Amino acid sequence: MSKTSEPVVRVNHFRKLYGDFVAVDGISFEAHRGEIFGLLGPNGAGKTSTLECLEGIRQPDGGTMDILGIDPVRQPRKLRDLIGVQLQIAGLPATMQVEEAMRFFCAYHHVAPRYDLLDRLGLGEKLDSRYDELSTGLQRRLALALALAHKPPVLFLDEPTAGLDVGSRAELHALMQELRDQGATIILATHDMAEAEKMTDRVAILLRGKIVATGSPRELTATGEGFTKVSVRTEQSLLADDGTNFAAVSHRTVKEEYVIYFSTDPGPTVSAILEYIGAQNDKLIDLRVERPSLEERFLEITNSGGVQ
Amino acid sequence: MTAFVNHFVFEFKTGLRDSNLLLMNYLFPLAFYAMMGLVMTQVNPTFTETMIPAMVVFVAMVSTLLGLPGPLVESREAGIYRSYKINGVPALSILSIPVLSTIFHVLIVAAIISLTCAPLFDGVVPENWVNFVLVTLVTVFAFGALGALIGVISANSRATVLWSQLIFLPSMLLGGLMMPLDLLPESVRFVSGLLPATQAMQAYLGLAYNQATVINPMTSVGVLLAGGILALGLAIYLFNWDSRNDVRRGNPLMALLALTPYVAGAFLMG
Repeated sequence: MSKTSEPVVRVNHFRKLYGDFVAVDGISFEAHRGEIFGLLGPNGAGKTSTLECLEGIRQPDGGTMDILGIDPVRQPRKLRDLIGVQLQIAGLPATMQVEEAMRFFCAYHHVAPRYDLLDRLGLGEKLDSRYDELSTGLQRRLALALALAHKPPVLFLDEPTAGLDVGSRAELHALMQELRDQGATIILATHDMAEAEKMTDRVAILLRGKIVATGSPRELTATGEGFTKVSVRTEQSLLADDGTNFAAVSHRTVKEEYVIYFSTDPGPTVSAILEYIGAQNDKLIDLRVERPSLEERFLEITNSGGVQ
Repeated sequence: MTAFVNHFVFEFKTGLRDSNLLLMNYLFPLAFYAMMGLVMTQVNPTFTETMIPAMVVFVAMVSTLLGLPGPLVESREAGIYRSYKINGVPALSILSIPVLSTIFHVLIVAAIISLTCAPLFDGVVPENWVNFVLVTLVTVFAFGALGALIGVISANSRATVLWSQLIFLPSMLLGGLMMPLDLLPESVRFVSGLLPATQAMQAYLGLAYNQATVINPMTSVGVLLAGGILALGLAIYLFNWDSRNDVRRGNPLMALLALTPYVAGAFLMG
C-alpha cells in the first residue's frame, strides 16, 4: 500500500490549556495514510500535549480532532484498536515478564500474542525477563512491540529512539519505513532532527503551542535563508588568509582548517573556488557541499521566535 | 474472558513475586499468627476461643489495608495505568482484579490458619464451617474494597500508610480481635462499632460459633457487604488514570461515604 492523500489524522484549531497556561494554541494539521508525520519542537512546545489528546489520554480544551473519523474523547473504545502508542512517560509493572506483557495486552486487544515482534525487536531471548530487569532501551523496544502488536493503522511514537543504541535505532527506523510502506500512518514526536529529516515525509514545527512551519524536510530546508555550505580545505590554507570572495557567496567563516562559504547557488561557487585554487598553485585536500540541515533550519526558526 | 484470566493470573503471581506483597500477604501474617499462638494463648488462654476468626480478620486487614493500596498508587505514579489505558484495559479490571487476587491470597492464608490452629495452638474451630467461609468471603471483600478505595484517593504512598493505619490500628485495639467486645468500656463501644473488624468479629461469633453477640450478626454481614459494595463503587468512580491528569472525577472526600454503613452499624450496636 502506498501513500495516499486520504487524511487519517485530522486536527483542527486544537487548543490545550493547563489552568491559565496555553500549552497548545489553535493548531491544525493532517496526516495521511502511508505517511510519517513529524511533530518537532523544543521542550514545552506542545508536542506531547497534542499526542496525548489524540491518544485519548487528555481532553482538548478547544477545536476538533479525529483519527479515521473517530473522536478520541467520545469514542475511546473504538480508538484503542485503531492506534498503537509508544508513550514518552509510561511503564509496566516491575514484575511483569516480557512474554506476559505481550500476552496481557494482546488479550485486551483480542488478538493472538505477537512473539514475532519480540524476536524482531531483539526481545526473543528475554521472554522470561521481568520489566525491571530490562535496560531502558529494551523497555522502549518492548513498549514499541506492544504498540504494534494489534497491527494498528495509526501509530504514535513519542521520542521512540531515546535511550536506544545505534543498532536498535537503525532497526526501529527500518521497521518504521516498513510500516509506512504497508500503509500505516505514523505520528512521530522527536527532538532528534537527524531522525526527523531521515524518517519523516512531512513535519510541523511547534513553538510555544503554535505551528510555525510545516512541510517536508526538503521544503523546510529550502526556505528561510537557504544557504548551502561549501567547506574547503587546502594544503597552503591560502583561502583562509586572503579575503577572496566567490560567486553567489553571502558570507564566509573559518573553522579549524576549513573555510566555509555560505552560498545561494553552490554550482558557480564551487567552480570559482576550484579555479582560484588552481590559479594560486594551492592543492585541494577536502571539499564538502552541504545543504542546510533540518536542525539548522529548526534552530533558525526557533531562535527567531517563529518569525519567518 | 482471556484478558480477565491473563490479568488475574498476572496479579496473583505479583502477590508472590513482589517482595513487599509477599511480606504482607504471607510472611507477616503467618509470623504474627505463630507468635500469637505461642505467646498470647499462654498469656490469655481464652484467646483460643476466638483465635481463628481473629487471625483471619488480621490477615485480611494486613493484605488489603497495608498491602493493596501502595501498589495501586505506585502504578499510577509510574505511568502504568497510562499504558493500560491506551491498550484498552478498563478501570473496573484495574481495581477489581487486584482486589480479587488479594482475596485469593487471604483465603489461602486463612485456610492455613483454620486448619492448623486447632492442632498447633488448641484454637477452637467453628461450629458452622459454611457460615465461617461465607463470613470470611464477605469480610475479605469489605476490606479489599476499602484497600482499593484508599489506593485510589491517596495522593502518594505515604498517604496510603496514613489512611490504612487509621483503620488498622484501632481495629487491632478495639475490633474485638484481642479481647471480647463486651469487655470494652461503653464509651469506646460506638467507636468500635465503626470498625469493619468489629462487624466481622460479630458476624463470625454469631454465625460460625453460635455465640451471643452485641449486634445481630446478619446485620454485621449486611454492614460489611454494603460497605464493600459502596467502597468498590466509589473507588471505580474516583479512579484516576494518571497522576499528571488535569481532570479528575469527583472529590476524594467522597470516599468518606464508604463509611456510612459502618456508622449505621455503630448506632445499631447502641
